[in-house]
Amino acid sequence: MLRFVLVRLLQSIPVLFTVITATFFLIRQAPGGPFDADKPVIPAVKRALEAKYNLDLPMWQQYLNYLGDLLRGDMGPSFKYPGWAVHDLILSGLPATAELALYALLVAIIVGVLAGVCAALKPNTAQDYIPMSVAMLGICMPTFLLGPLLVLVFGFWLNWLPISGWGDLPGDKIMPSITLGAAYAAYVARLTRGGMLDVMSQDYIRTARAKGLPERVVVFKHALRGGLIPTIAFLGPAFAGLLAGSFVVETIFQIPGLGRFYVQAAFNRDYTMILGTTIFLSTLIIFFNLLSDLLATWMNPKLRHQLRGQSV
Amino acid sequence: MTVGNVIMDAEPGASLWADAWRRLKKNKLAVFGLLVLSVLIVIALLAPWIAPYGYEQQNLELGATPPSFAHWFGTDLFGRDMLTRVLYGGRVSLAVGLIATFVALVIGVTWGTIAGYLGGRTDAVMMRIVDALYALPFIIFIILLMVVFGRSVLLLFVAIGAVEWLTMARIVRAQVLSIRNQEFVEAARAMGLSTPHILAKHVVPNSLGPIIVYATLTVPQVMLLEAFLSFLGLGIQPPQSSWGLLISHGANVMEDSPWLLIFPGLALSLTLFALNFLGDGLRDALDPRVSKD
Repeated sequence: MLRFVLVRLLQSIPVLFTVITATFFLIRQAPGGPFDADKPVIPAVKRALEAKYNLDLPMWQQYLNYLGDLLRGDMGPSFKYPGWAVHDLILSGLPATAELALYALLVAIIVGVLAGVCAALKPNTAQDYIPMSVAMLGICMPTFLLGPLLVLVFGFWLNWLPISGWGDLPGDKIMPSITLGAAYAAYVARLTRGGMLDVMSQDYIRTARAKGLPERVVVFKHALRGGLIPTIAFLGPAFAGLLAGSFVVETIFQIPGLGRFYVQAAFNRDYTMILGTTIFLSTLIIFFNLLSDLLATWMNPKLRHQLRGQSV
Repeated sequence: MTVGNVIMDAEPGASLWADAWRRLKKNKLAVFGLLVLSVLIVIALLAPWIAPYGYEQQNLELGATPPSFAHWFGTDLFGRDMLTRVLYGGRVSLAVGLIATFVALVIGVTWGTIAGYLGGRTDAVMMRIVDALYALPFIIFIILLMVVFGRSVLLLFVAIGAVEWLTMARIVRAQVLSIRNQEFVEAARAMGLSTPHILAKHVVPNSLGPIIVYATLTVPQVMLLEAFLSFLGLGIQPPQSSWGLLISHGANVMEDSPWLLIFPGLALSLTLFALNFLGDGLRDALDPRVSKD
């Protein structure tokens, strides 16, 4: 198992390196630079600014400098927010985004797994069709449509929940979390249903029943473990989508998170900020892919034994 | 469906396609999806002729009005007819969905077929590349691309298509692996046909089932991606319009004019619904192994 983790960690190094290199050179191809404001800057001032941030050095030297700084954990200063370091800006946006993603994930897992198990226990009955139809609705209702609709109904018409903000008013975290989690709850429900249906017809479930175990134990202790493997494998890659979705949700509900920084930095040509956020978000995504692979392996006894055999 | 039924229903020598069509027709949701989709595509194609008003025709005195007999979907802040704008937006959304999927299809099928058919080291290298690309956080890259290189529609097609081909390549490769050693391919080889000819005439046509299924399921994903980018202001730019952009504008004024959000939203959701049902139905029809019955 340890070897598996190490190999996967090593594999993610070239991926990260590609991300860094590609982003570094790509962003420099963009028309306009960080110091092209709406009103033209005096050329001498612009040259001085570029010299201050070492933008006048040859490209390869800038690249090597950046890599060196990065290895020491320094993402450089932001070009647009003077006096701010990129990693400070990232850290200031991170808590809101992380909290939002966590709540959305909880919504997705709790609602999705319950609905999926419900459906799989009585396939092709109303108990199956109703949650699955709702799930289909969730998949076809994109985040940027569901969010405004929820705001319209629960914010403007019913006046139950605050329409924007994060942690300012009681209950203002409810709508963003549901908005972001809904689509994933739908996918999780479908995957859980499929996984559970596969597992429930297998021999070891019949054995568990034959032992006289109560249905509750059979379902939640024996079946769920196998039935959840496809869901867990899905959650890793889904994390990237969750982050992208959080950009939208942060825009709709005016949440001061990472996503808004990212989109803003890209518009501003804030080179170091774009690089910093891209690297940070990519690392997160790669890490969650790894985590979900590990979990899925750990939950699947067949794979687990194979791995154990390897490491001996 | 019982075994007896299948035997009774099956015409002697029915082809895969006739079989699949028969199974598809039994799936009411899939037929509904197909119907909705056909209607939407026809409407989108005919938009310039059936739209009740001009696309840019403003009526500033009228302003935003709720749905009425003159304007079924209401009008926006400039007094433009919303039904017309939704019709034209659908043209763009559907076009992006179909063209980007086509790009993904061409790249994915070519890549997957070559890897699967040649096998050996070529296969290993090609699929390693796909694995590596999978690991890249693409959504971040697409946003970057759209910001860096002006937001052209052409780039949008290429960017989306370039991401979606990966899964297609894997599916096609798996399919080709199972085909390449069958007798009819061997026969074609024995007859001295060139490899490109064998691939184009014998291998690809026999992998069409999964390709069609996956393509159908890719279209809604692509449309979602386009709408997502347009919502963030990175996709389609005014004066052009797409459903994503209309939703984005509608969301800004929904307190006063909710119809500006609701109608484009309905149009997008309905299309995604239809495509997903059709895709699920096709999967059951073309790949009986995974069908639920």
